[in-house]
Amino acid sequence: MAARLLEFLTRERPAALVETGAHVGDEIAVVHREHLVEVLTLLRDHAETKMNMLSDLTVVDYLGQQPRFEVVYQLYSIPRKHRLRIKVRIGDDDGECWVPTATGLWHSANWSEREAWDLYGVRFEGHPDLRRILMYEEFVGHPLRKDYPQNGRQPLIRRPDAPATDDQTTRLLADSHDRRVS
Amino acid sequence: MSESSASYVPTVLQDAVNWAQKYSLFTYPFATACCAMEFMSTMGSRYDIARFGAEFPRFSPRQADLLIVIGTITERQAPVLRRIYDQMPDPKWVMAFGVCASTGGFYQNYTVTPGADQVIPVDVYVPGCPPRPEQVLDGLMALQNRIQEHRGHCQVEIGNTAAIGYTDRRRLPVMQDGTSMTLLPEERMPQDGRVR
Repeated sequence: MAARLLEFLTRERPAALVETGAHVGDEIAVVHREHLVEVLTLLRDHAETKMNMLSDLTVVDYLGQQPRFEVVYQLYSIPRKHRLRIKVRIGDDDGECWVPTATGLWHSANWSEREAWDLYGVRFEGHPDLRRILMYEEFVGHPLRKDYPQNGRQPLIRRPDAPATDDQTTRLLADSHDRRVS
Repeated sequence: MSESSASYVPTVLQDAVNWAQKYSLFTYPFATACCAMEFMSTMGSRYDIARFGAEFPRFSPRQADLLIVIGTITERQAPVLRRIYDQMPDPKWVMAFGVCASTGGFYQNYTVTPGADQVIPVDVYVPGCPPRPEQVLDGLMALQNRIQEHRGHCQVEIGNTAAIGYTDRRRLPVMQDGTSMTLLPEERMPQDGRVR
């Protein structure tokens, strides 16, 4: 079923595709960022596909590779009962780490994109309300990035006589601050 | 009246007050995670925490004197826990229920506070993931011993003035600006008495 979706995409938008593939039975299409909204709109609205549900939107951090991030859209069609995974690869430079928002296509993209922004720092251009959703506003950095220190706590409150956090944590956090600044 | 009998009477009175307090703990369950299931079991008829006089959960901190921190405390929630603690009247005690409340447990990461004692004083730590009800009852009995021996954190802070039941926060360590150190700066009453 989904193989037909890849054929459909190859037929309709050949210029948008970087590559296509499959993993354990799930078809995957990697698309260019500039064609992302176009492809998603086509998949949602075309009578053959009718992908009317964005089941999930996640990010993968391939630290050390370029492009570093992969934004993953899991699409599902309730009437046609088929799935497709759309991926976009983006770099980690400030000018590069963004994708256009999908909130205009699926309302469920709103909080998913806020989560992706909060934890990975991927900006979604055009999002109506791109705030942190899980971490607090005072939090610095994006904790699910692979270069965020594992124990990088940023406490909002501590007792004056609280047991000290270990030096390693403090140092890791300071390091990550330095890296962000530089 | 000799000198020894003069100190004997308040000591006996203190013992009686401590005895009464240890058998009438009103609990505030600050339940955030899966340990709450085990707390319910402890509250239920099989383990029956009522046998120790602590069966009455109060869902207002203003009516409670035992704060039971049940479950994971995240950095985002830590100020809430602190506020709940500050709202409880003296004398008060705190039990950390399970490893997450005691040390952060296996959540050694960016989001979980490494133990409720980073934010509030804790009297008794009950280990386990989750602790069995027997462990909780054991911890409660340990706390009762502590209360009887006048070793609870608020009893130590306030000293021997708790015998009458009314205690004065002004006896606690005071910050340089004259406010109690148990309150956050933004929670402290302004000097003009205005309520925010």
